[in-house]
Amino acid sequence: MTVRIQREDFDVGAEIAALSRGRTDIGAVATFTGICRGDDIVAMTLEHYPGMAEGEIARHVAEAEKRWPLLGVTVIHRYGRLVPGDNIVLIAAASSHREAAFAAAEFLMDYLKTQAPFWKKEERAGAQGWVEARKSDDAAAARWSTQKAAE
Amino acid sequence: MKLLYFAWVRERIGKPEEEIDPPASVRTVGDLVAWLSGRGEEYAYAFENAAVIRAAIDRNHVRPETQIAGAREIAFFPPMTGG
Repeated sequence: MTVRIQREDFDVGAEIAALSRGRTDIGAVATFTGICRGDDIVAMTLEHYPGMAEGEIARHVAEAEKRWPLLGVTVIHRYGRLVPGDNIVLIAAASSHREAAFAAAEFLMDYLKTQAPFWKKEERAGAQGWVEARKSDDAAAARWSTQKAAE
Repeated sequence: MKLLYFAWVRERIGKPEEEIDPPASVRTVGDLVAWLSGRGEEYAYAFENAAVIRAAIDRNHVRPETQIAGAREIAFFPPMTGG
């Protein structure tokens, strides 16, 4: 498991290569990259709770490793000021087969949105404001606990 | 104990952290929010809608009814918007 909270950009290709380098048991790496969208903002600044951010993400990676046969997970989340087009977050999940890799990446992203202590402040022309949490993100995270309860 | 504030909670209170020594009657996270709200208008403003405020004790998410005894670090922040 690799969890990094960093100001710097990341290289998606290099992170995928690092997961599978030197091993032949990995048959699938699913990645999600979150990118700063620029439809109506000039920039965004991401604030985080150092220590807790890493801890929350690591806890959910450990939960994902219990649910699916994963062979490696990398989560990178940036903080600081980002402009449209910049990478924000990377989730890469490796497994023997695609089902576990896809599911784990989606599970981790849903939990990261609602449980990892990050906050976005957006800058628009002449104004700035904090992004409000979305109910749809809570619902996306909640479906995983519903699935678990149903198992 | 040490208190940490993030995002607009930090902006409204006007500082990122502080050391506090609440009275023994402050037992839960909810009690602490109520006690802080009485310390000044910046706190009252930050906690005016207490239902939306999230809290963590020693870097774990907690609920308003969680006891604060033994806590070293308590953080208050808005709902998270990362990812």
